[in-house]
Amino acid sequence: MYNAMELMICVASRLLEDGATVGVGTGAPCAAAMLAQKTHAPGLLVAFEAGGLAPMLPAMPISVGDSRTTYRALMATSMCDIMEACQRGMMDYAFLGGAQIDAYGNLNSTVIGDYKKPRVRFPGSGGANDFASFCWRTLIITQHDRRRFVEEVDFLTTPGFLTGPGAREAAGLPSGGGPYRVITDLAVMSFDEDTCRMQVESLHPGMTFEQVQENTGFELGQVADVKETVPPTEEELNILRDEVDPDGLIIGRS
Amino acid sequence: MTSSENTGRGPLFTDPDPDVARAFFREKKGALTDKLMSVSDAVARFVHDGDYVASGGFGGNRIATALLHEVVRQERTNLGFAGHTTTHDFQILAAGTRTGKQIFSRLDAAYILGLEARGLSAQARRLMESGEVEVCEWTNYALACRFRAAATGVPFVPVRSMLGTDTFRESAAKEIECPFTGKSLMAVPALYPDVALIHVHESDLFGNCRIRGITVADWDLSRASKHVIVSAERIVSTDEIRSDPNATAIPAFCVDAVCHVPYGSYPGNMAGEYFSDEVHLKAWLDAERDVEAYRAFLDKYLYGVDCFESYLEICGGEERLAELRRLENN
Repeated sequence: MYNAMELMICVASRLLEDGATVGVGTGAPCAAAMLAQKTHAPGLLVAFEAGGLAPMLPAMPISVGDSRTTYRALMATSMCDIMEACQRGMMDYAFLGGAQIDAYGNLNSTVIGDYKKPRVRFPGSGGANDFASFCWRTLIITQHDRRRFVEEVDFLTTPGFLTGPGAREAAGLPSGGGPYRVITDLAVMSFDEDTCRMQVESLHPGMTFEQVQENTGFELGQVADVKETVPPTEEELNILRDEVDPDGLIIGRS
Repeated sequence: MTSSENTGRGPLFTDPDPDVARAFFREKKGALTDKLMSVSDAVARFVHDGDYVASGGFGGNRIATALLHEVVRQERTNLGFAGHTTTHDFQILAAGTRTGKQIFSRLDAAYILGLEARGLSAQARRLMESGEVEVCEWTNYALACRFRAAATGVPFVPVRSMLGTDTFRESAAKEIECPFTGKSLMAVPALYPDVALIHVHESDLFGNCRIRGITVADWDLSRASKHVIVSAERIVSTDEIRSDPNATAIPAFCVDAVCHVPYGSYPGNMAGEYFSDEVHLKAWLDAERDVEAYRAFLDKYLYGVDCFESYLEICGGEERLAELRRLENN
């Protein structure tokens, strides 16, 4: 058996192909990148915004700037150096964690409620806005419920497709980027090429489209041939539990 | 587009004028003078009420904990603060003074009040949700570029993030047109902090510093700041510095004070030296949830402590620190 977080991390890790470049955020994205590195993608180049470039991750970093992010790394550099590799087009994937999200993949990690006197204040962009502006494809991993999947985000911290087709380019963002997949505890979503709106790509075992729609605060599309998500394999789960996150820091929270 | 759409509506807390900065930097002298002093003297001399302060490192990694504690104990108030991936450093200043005064009132925020995978700081949330701190929104890269613009001696640097978002709307950036390509760019203004607090691996008496591991934004921050206080794990000779000039990350002529503080980043991580003390960081986060328990916690670990060495002692002393060294280096 496996829990929802383990499923999400295993599914997410498969999206990262060998030889690709990925900038990862704290937590589940980092676990997914590490799992990919230990299974099908030993040549995955992992970059951390604080300056760690291509480490051989010995254990889950707790911070995207702790010394595990430079363990047997190719380089220990600076935030500007990493972000500028992204800005000049060398990073395939940005891999970001949970936040409020809308149908266009725009993310809020800043405030709930009024900006000046917020009901809830969150950390803000961190490197998320930069990563999602610069990297070619943004992957998002988050829990799926109506509180998070909303018609309109309270604050647009990090750009998805903004208001739809052509909006990123119109705003001046580098062309050709944008959100690619959203991995949740219910399904994997992609974005419709014509409308830029979120659509179900595959349903996790036991899930129906209606269940996913019920947990989503906006109208979801679905691809013509919605598949069932391939569940985690024994091998993936063993490596995830024994090598990637033996302390249960990420997978134990679910 | 109207002009308001091209300009973030957030406050600009510091003057980006490079000539004002040049006039200041002209007075900074290059001679190698002994700048070694105690943490309390350094903070007393170079951190004043109302100053704009920036913290080096990356939240819980290579942070100047000893200097931050001293700022709290000396009850500095009305500070500006750069929230450039501030995690435990933010948490320390968010505690406020022993008498309940708020330490910073102006904040450039890129990443604040979270401790990454460890969770959110309840005290930092209380402070930020009170509406008592004036905030300007940035991204990590944009805020790093603000230091870079200042370090470079130009009034702004163009970046291609923030565009099209509320992060831009609540910032003090301006959208400009590239004179070569016609593309939209985000101009982020130079940030010259009054004082930067930076922890390093090694420094000589004059402030020539070496850093192992990632440099984050400290290369730029140390050059952008009007005053720099460095705390160092080890004091080394200038001969040692001169034997390998490539290893110097911060040159002495940018530095105003050098403090010798072994374990100065504790409970944060220090690359190649010691890992973060996750037990203590968790205890801090847990204590914040209950206002009374939190006050007792602060009395024990911060307000009631005479110096950083005493803090290390009550956190487990040599035994605990040796354990963190093993964790880092196994």
